[in-house]
Amino acid sequence: MALDKTDIAKRIAQEMKDGYYINLGIGVPTMAANYIPKDINVVIHTENGLLGMGTYPTKDNYDADLVNAGKQTVTALPGASYFDSATSFAMIRGGHIDLTVLGAFEVTDIGDIASWKIPGSRVKGIGGAMDLVAAAKNIIVAMTHTNRKGEPKLVKHCTLPLTGLQCVKMIVTDLAVIKVTDKGFKLLERAPGVSVEEIVEKTAAPLIIEGEIPEMKI
Amino acid sequence: MNKVVNNIEEAIKDIKDGMTLMFGGFGLCGLPEKGVEALLKSGVKDLTCSSCTAGIDDFGVGLLIQNHQIKKLIASYIGENNDAERRVLSGEFELDLVPQGTIAERARAGGAGIPAFYVPASYGTEAAEGKEVREFDGKMYVMEKAFQADYALVKAWKGDTHGNLIYKATANNLNNPMAMCGKITIAEVEELVQAGELDPHHIHTPGIFVQHIFQGTDYEKRIEFLTLQD
Repeated sequence: MALDKTDIAKRIAQEMKDGYYINLGIGVPTMAANYIPKDINVVIHTENGLLGMGTYPTKDNYDADLVNAGKQTVTALPGASYFDSATSFAMIRGGHIDLTVLGAFEVTDIGDIASWKIPGSRVKGIGGAMDLVAAAKNIIVAMTHTNRKGEPKLVKHCTLPLTGLQCVKMIVTDLAVIKVTDKGFKLLERAPGVSVEEIVEKTAAPLIIEGEIPEMKI
Repeated sequence: MNKVVNNIEEAIKDIKDGMTLMFGGFGLCGLPEKGVEALLKSGVKDLTCSSCTAGIDDFGVGLLIQNHQIKKLIASYIGENNDAERRVLSGEFELDLVPQGTIAERARAGGAGIPAFYVPASYGTEAAEGKEVREFDGKMYVMEKAFQADYALVKAWKGDTHGNLIYKATANNLNNPMAMCGKITIAEVEELVQAGELDPHHIHTPGIFVQHIFQGTDYEKRIEFLTLQD
């Protein structure tokens, strides 16, 4: 069965390592903060100017001056720091962030990503996504395997405007975990009960499949 | 060295049609509310502005678009403002979308006397169209130019009569970089004190970047997404 958003978030959280500074995009990536393994310490970066983001506040302690990159009210953990946007993006551009997780519309088998604009649709904008994908060392995309029309989002060439080139390292979808290698997409894991055939059928680029593909452990 | 003005009207009285204005704030967080309010009343128009976002439909920098005062907006995201989206699609104003970190650095560089710089962000995308690119150590970069602003409008938590500013939590965001790049920077603060009352260790924006300062009242500090624990 395909994973729901919560399970995608849980699988993403398994990629977090002790000592990591992590930037999580809006939506499913942010949900991954709820499933950080208990035995590790990580620091969540939010690009509007906070290292050490905590949980959402309660009705008694929220503050209009304390929000995350999605403009949601949040809290800061002990050991947190605040800074301006120039400093925050210096952290990103300077390669100081260990893991970046974001959503996407399309990803290619060399790691190109399209995530910010659907021509003819709404004008939303770029936000921090182009800065993040251009500079981060370790970028994981969290997305559904196909779009609402059932078309593959893992493709050979992006049809939508690009966010960045050759930057995505791994993709976690509702069907599979796929690595971007020098030779293209490599299937690492499949969602419980989902067949390799189904994943191949719903991926519009060649998949490297070596041996038995294990099920994800959520 | 007293930079205190009585009110925002006095601070903005020399802002003229066609000028370039920069706004601090990230969405509505750290928004110079009093500055936006006063500019709306002043009716000054044909402005080129930069702000991280356009706020929401009925609050923030987007109100100046609604009021036909902005001819060009340089922003990174306008997704929370449906009205601004409609107006850009109908060609009512020009929108220049720039990566968020690039906006911050263009502001910082403008204040730091660095005319241009290279960043990796947007290389190979339509946001880099028409911009000079260059390779350094095998990686491609896009040249971005510093902001030059007639005025910057910023909002801080505390300030003193010398213009030193302290921000609260994540309300610093674009305020400090934008404060640096204004030829004239207007700082509105929630609490204004005498020089000497703020601990110099804790200043975020040194007063050298600020020309006018005043204490605002009745801050609304609207929240875009009030998100609470279950």
